[in-house]
Amino acid sequence: MSNSLKSEARLARPDDIYQVLIDAHRDLTADQSQAFNSRLVLLLANHVGDEGVIAEAVEAAGKGL
Amino acid sequence: MSEDTAPTDFTYQPSPDQSAATPVRHPVVIIGAGPVGLAAALDLAKRGRKVVVLDDDNTVSTGSRAICWSKRALEIMDRLGVGDALVEKGVTWKKGKVFFGEEQLYAFDLLPEEGHRMPAFINLQQYHFEAFTVREVLKHPEIDLRWNNRLVGVDNKKEGVTLTLETPDGEYRLAADYMLAADGARSTTRRLLGLDFKGQIFKDRFLIADVIMKADFPTERWFWFDPPFNKGQSALLHKQPDDVWRIDLQLGWDADPEEERKPEKVIPRLKAMLGEDVEFELEWVSVYTFQCRRLEKFRHGRIFFIGDSAHQVSPFGARGANSGLQDIDNLIWKLDLVLSGKAPESLLKSYHEERAFAADENILNSTRSTDFITPKSDASRAFRDAVLDLAREHDFARKLVNSGRLSLPSTYSESGLNSPDSKGFIGQMLPGAPCADAPVTFDGKKSWLLHHLGGDFCGLYFARSDETAESLAQLRGSLAALEVPVRLVPIFPPGSDVPAGALIDSAQLMAEARYDARPGSFYMIRPDQHVTARWREADPQAIRGALNRALGKGLVAAEAEAEQEGTAA
Repeated sequence: MSNSLKSEARLARPDDIYQVLIDAHRDLTADQSQAFNSRLVLLLANHVGDEGVIAEAVEAAGKGL
Repeated sequence: MSEDTAPTDFTYQPSPDQSAATPVRHPVVIIGAGPVGLAAALDLAKRGRKVVVLDDDNTVSTGSRAICWSKRALEIMDRLGVGDALVEKGVTWKKGKVFFGEEQLYAFDLLPEEGHRMPAFINLQQYHFEAFTVREVLKHPEIDLRWNNRLVGVDNKKEGVTLTLETPDGEYRLAADYMLAADGARSTTRRLLGLDFKGQIFKDRFLIADVIMKADFPTERWFWFDPPFNKGQSALLHKQPDDVWRIDLQLGWDADPEEERKPEKVIPRLKAMLGEDVEFELEWVSVYTFQCRRLEKFRHGRIFFIGDSAHQVSPFGARGANSGLQDIDNLIWKLDLVLSGKAPESLLKSYHEERAFAADENILNSTRSTDFITPKSDASRAFRDAVLDLAREHDFARKLVNSGRLSLPSTYSESGLNSPDSKGFIGQMLPGAPCADAPVTFDGKKSWLLHHLGGDFCGLYFARSDETAESLAQLRGSLAALEVPVRLVPIFPPGSDVPAGALIDSAQLMAEARYDARPGSFYMIRPDQHVTARWREADPQAIRGALNRALGKGLVAAEAEAEQEGTAA
């Protein structure tokens, strides 16, 4: 049974994580940022490992674009 | 003539058909004497069918073209009597490496398990493949192979096809019950019928060069992303027999195909790759753009499209000629049974059903590989590069690297010819799957399971522990008495009391394991070595029903039902 994408708050310290993401891009060019984000998505997608959850996340991320 | 060479040039000879007052009618006419057309002719001849093969040229292929022949293609050619010659001449390989820059990302092995007669792949120039196959074709008086016969007209009528051929002696006409168009990616038949060949063209160009050189690279498929000798692009190196090496260099969309074909452009590129001091000779050079596309329907009335005329893929994955050989493997037994009146016309419908399914699988795989090698957008390139960068350290990313997903036969899991699967089986051998090979003993000698399956309908029967010569004879008799006889292929575990004519499984019980068999398990195998039904015991009534389905009789019923509903509505 496939899990579904969790939308409730799961991060104990959301501001810290947000800052980690922003900081990671601080010294990067636009191209490097794109490379970074691509790597991060792949690493996290593999960690999630659930095709259903990833498909839901892809759909949620694309909303309105 | 030595065993490892065969003639490559042939002579046009006028046929008496050319001076006939009215078009002479033949049961089957094949257009194109490439690998697919020749294999189709052999398969028909093996079944005692007469066939005319027409080719617009009088030689085998110019240039190596297709070079990678898959295990399944070799198994098919083995059934047609050419397998050993191909394997003997070819370069056997199963391993490959993928590089990123100067670094090796990973290595793979395509056939890690033992106990298969045929290797995962051989590399062999298409001209050798064709020459060996023609040599076999010429041994069959059923095959009337006519060189320099160019198709210039087709009249596809309900009652038959009339073809117009142009020869050195002028035009003549032929009539055919069925016509097989094996005339390649630029199919004349397709053009004459005005059929669309829809799909995707990839905006990239590749240089394909076959060079002759003495080199000691291993017999592996080597693929580079962004190598130092072809910055920002990809490269492929592959060994063929006779010291010929296939080199494939990505050039990008802006490359000028005419310029890039010139030796003064090609040679420096190759030297950058092979080293300044390496001596080599160019055998064949071509600049390609890749396409993935197929006909909407592989059958048009009495005309069947087989091979590249029906579907075209990029070469990454070796899914072109290999899938074409699977087309003929699928079609010819059906055509034979329909021609002999043992199966209804509706059986022929399953050719498109099954092979279009396979073509879509091949196109999907080939498109994905090409998208990885030739990213179409900035985001696509960023993801591709991210995969390659991560692959250095992270195992999961190596699985995402796609330099070609190499040809595997399709499992026709959705086919209307299959019977519903029995409960409780595990593993790969579900209805629709191509049969796995396994080492066996037959008549006191080492043999291979696939040598005993196919050609006609077979019942692969894993003998019960209380099996006797009488119980076996009874089953054999009931299968032989069916409308289309099913040949019993009994297999026993080693060490048991084995009646004459039965197979013995290997000491490791490979057949039993690969078929998830228990004593009494029964597999019904189609003439093309695909499973069509299986049970835990041999029930004659179930076997009869499965045979009827596999002969397309279920398709007739479904059609009648649909028509009935149509009338009711």
